[in-house]
Amino acid sequence: MAVDLGRTGSTLSGLDQLELAERGKSGTFAGRFWAGTWPKVLAVAITLAVWQAVVWSGWKPEWVLPGPIEVFGVLADWIPTGEFWEAVATTLRRSLVGFGAATVIGFAVGIAVARSRVLRAGIGSMITALQTMPSIAWFPLAMILFGITESAIFFVIVLGAAPSIANGVLAGVDYVPPLLLRAGRNIGARGLTLYRYVIAPASLPAIVAGLKQGWAFAWRSLMAGEILVIIAERGALGTRLELLRGLNDAGGMLATMIVILIVGLLADAAFGAADRAVRIRWGIIDR
Amino acid sequence: MTAVLTGSTTQSAERPSGRSAVVLSDVSKVFGRGASAIHALDRVSLEVAPGEFVCLVGASGCGKSTLLSLVAGLDEPTAGEITVKGEGNPALMFQDPALFPWLTVAGNVGLPLRLRRVPRPRRQERVAELLRTVHLEEFGRKRPHQLSGGMRQRVALARTLGLDSPVLLMDEPFGALDAMTRDLLHDELERIWQERALTVIFVTHNVREAARLGDRIVLMSSRPGRIVWEHLVDVPRPRRIDSSEVAAIAAEVTDRLRSEVRRHGR
Repeated sequence: MAVDLGRTGSTLSGLDQLELAERGKSGTFAGRFWAGTWPKVLAVAITLAVWQAVVWSGWKPEWVLPGPIEVFGVLADWIPTGEFWEAVATTLRRSLVGFGAATVIGFAVGIAVARSRVLRAGIGSMITALQTMPSIAWFPLAMILFGITESAIFFVIVLGAAPSIANGVLAGVDYVPPLLLRAGRNIGARGLTLYRYVIAPASLPAIVAGLKQGWAFAWRSLMAGEILVIIAERGALGTRLELLRGLNDAGGMLATMIVILIVGLLADAAFGAADRAVRIRWGIIDR
Repeated sequence: MTAVLTGSTTQSAERPSGRSAVVLSDVSKVFGRGASAIHALDRVSLEVAPGEFVCLVGASGCGKSTLLSLVAGLDEPTAGEITVKGEGNPALMFQDPALFPWLTVAGNVGLPLRLRRVPRPRRQERVAELLRTVHLEEFGRKRPHQLSGGMRQRVALARTLGLDSPVLLMDEPFGALDAMTRDLLHDELERIWQERALTVIFVTHNVREAARLGDRIVLMSSRPGRIVWEHLVDVPRPRRIDSSEVAAIAAEVTDRLRSEVRRHGR
């Protein structure tokens, strides 16, 4: 054997080092955090300034459109009260239960449609059609079917969110690169093993995107539901909004809306972070 | 142990070619039906001896890749029989490394072992050994997208070797690499083939690569895919891709290949 093994090996590792030399990360954590944060802080500051300017302009009387200082004062008064936190807890519980049910149903439908040609032809396009139906349009039917109950709200949340989740699962399974399937089968993954080790992980980015979109639909459906389906003995964020409108309490309404906005933003940020983490790990996007 | 992939369950020991690592007898593959049917392979017969390195060369559409898919058991022949030595599937490598992006390098290499339920401590030893074989022992914790194209292809080779198949099928594995990396990987593949006494069927459209690597070059015609010419490469190893002997053989194969392609012109 005259091929110099050691030499080939060290030439290869020299090439490897050259190839990888330029692929470093730049910037400290604090630096990157600040770069992502200051535009958001500035945007909030500008929003508050415009709001205050409109109030000062006298366009509407202050009992109709109070300024940010008054609204945040109302919020500060609420924070120590149990009633406020009970409403937040009720809304969060409903959103989690509704979204959870939508996830289970969305996965079941998505996998069934992905696997069966008949189901795909039959209901594949109906899933998208369902998505275009504004969720508030379901409430009259839901209220006749279930009465003024939480079931009516859950019914609409599931109808709003499950199609997005099913579509995410379906897209994920459909777009698994055929080459990965061939490679998986060649190294010994067949049937259920192929699902577990290749199809499921390959679909994850699309599934997370579907869940994120499903959550957005669920949250909108829930707010519509809480405003329409008022269950008297139980306070909830949407319900408070409707009751405060009845009392002409604009400050309270705006404070409630800010809470709804913050919950929505936090949930969205969590889904966004999960989505990003998956994409970075899969090498779909760079850091 | 002989796996009969298709047709009857004939014991390969009773067949005249029972000692070969891979036997294709009158294998045909037709895609589609009727007038629009495509005859990808037409009565192809090929015997590959254990430890032999066979290079399949042909213009596009000659069914080289189809042939490998059939031998790998990823597809069924329309007619004929394929016998492959060894348990399970022969290992198959593609032009694209086809690594799983959600697994680390070590995870990719270890997956075939995991699927065979090799216990974890043994698996870690094997993964380390396989990564050493392809000179990537430091990169086990990286993810595929953090590596260069040549490195990914070496990970794919290590993963393929983890199948412990005596037969290695390669479908233009170095087609997408730069010349320098390709030359180095030729040396590496030759070394691994010799160390592990593998039987290799290597598909390429690069005749120089075929002359550099093969014990035998098999030329296929296009539409329908048939074996039209064979050549034993009697250049002693180690060879260099830029040596005059390799170049002379490559020139001869190129001439044959061109005259094959001309048949399809007007």
